[in-house]
Amino acid sequence: MSNQVNREVILIIPMFPNIELAAAQTAFSLAEMMDFDEDDIDEIQLAIIETCINAFEHSKSEDNRVSIKFIMRDNELELKITDCGVGFRLDHAKPAKIGEVGLKKRGWGLEIIRNMMDEVSIESSDKGTTITMIKRKMAPIRGEAISNA
Amino acid sequence: MRFNLVTRTEDSYAVIQTEGYLNGPSGEKLADTAKELIAEGYTKLVINLEQTRLINSIGISILIEIIELIHQQEGVVHFCSLTPVIQRTFKIMGLVQHAGIFPNEGAAIANL
Repeated sequence: MSNQVNREVILIIPMFPNIELAAAQTAFSLAEMMDFDEDDIDEIQLAIIETCINAFEHSKSEDNRVSIKFIMRDNELELKITDCGVGFRLDHAKPAKIGEVGLKKRGWGLEIIRNMMDEVSIESSDKGTTITMIKRKMAPIRGEAISNA
Repeated sequence: MRFNLVTRTEDSYAVIQTEGYLNGPSGEKLADTAKELIAEGYTKLVINLEQTRLINSIGISILIEIIELIHQQEGVVHFCSLTPVIQRTFKIMGLVQHAGIFPNEGAAIANL
């Protein structure tokens, strides 16, 4: 099955309050054009919002910008979200655990992103962070092994 | 994006209906409204999210604060009319163990 790159869109947003909605709106338009269903589009939008607000809150980026590359293929939408901040260590970004001492209020961003998308990878150094995530059309049920048969 | 709240009070409960993106600032507006209702003696709340399609984890963290506030008053808070993705996010963050989730406002009110 062909899965070639058909179109790419690059969006660069400043770290302004609520500007993550511009990224979410762009994702909505592209995913709708690609015929993703409504729930998939909501998942993509939530993942992109969480990624952007993580960058806004934690990157300490001097240029105060986030770059988002949308790569449209036949059956998937790939997002590459990059900041030029200080980076973070993955082992310092453990998902919060439920019910230890009441409800944990913050620190859920990465856990939510991983739950919303089919693939998520993170590259981070002291020069910045890139989170790459993919949403496939008609993806298998999450947690179900993909058969090669 | 504009965020609106509509509040309705009945004898023993109050309903807050949200409209728009639920993030930190709009979550704070919602929390302020919930606090005002609690101060007026309403400890049974329904939060109707039918008109909210986008939410973020900061907004949800403020909903958690509202749940904790209501529990301190020995009250109850139910949420209703969530999109499937918001409902799944509530599950990921553990809200479903501490607040009722109902498909519509009538069911939420009936279970207060």
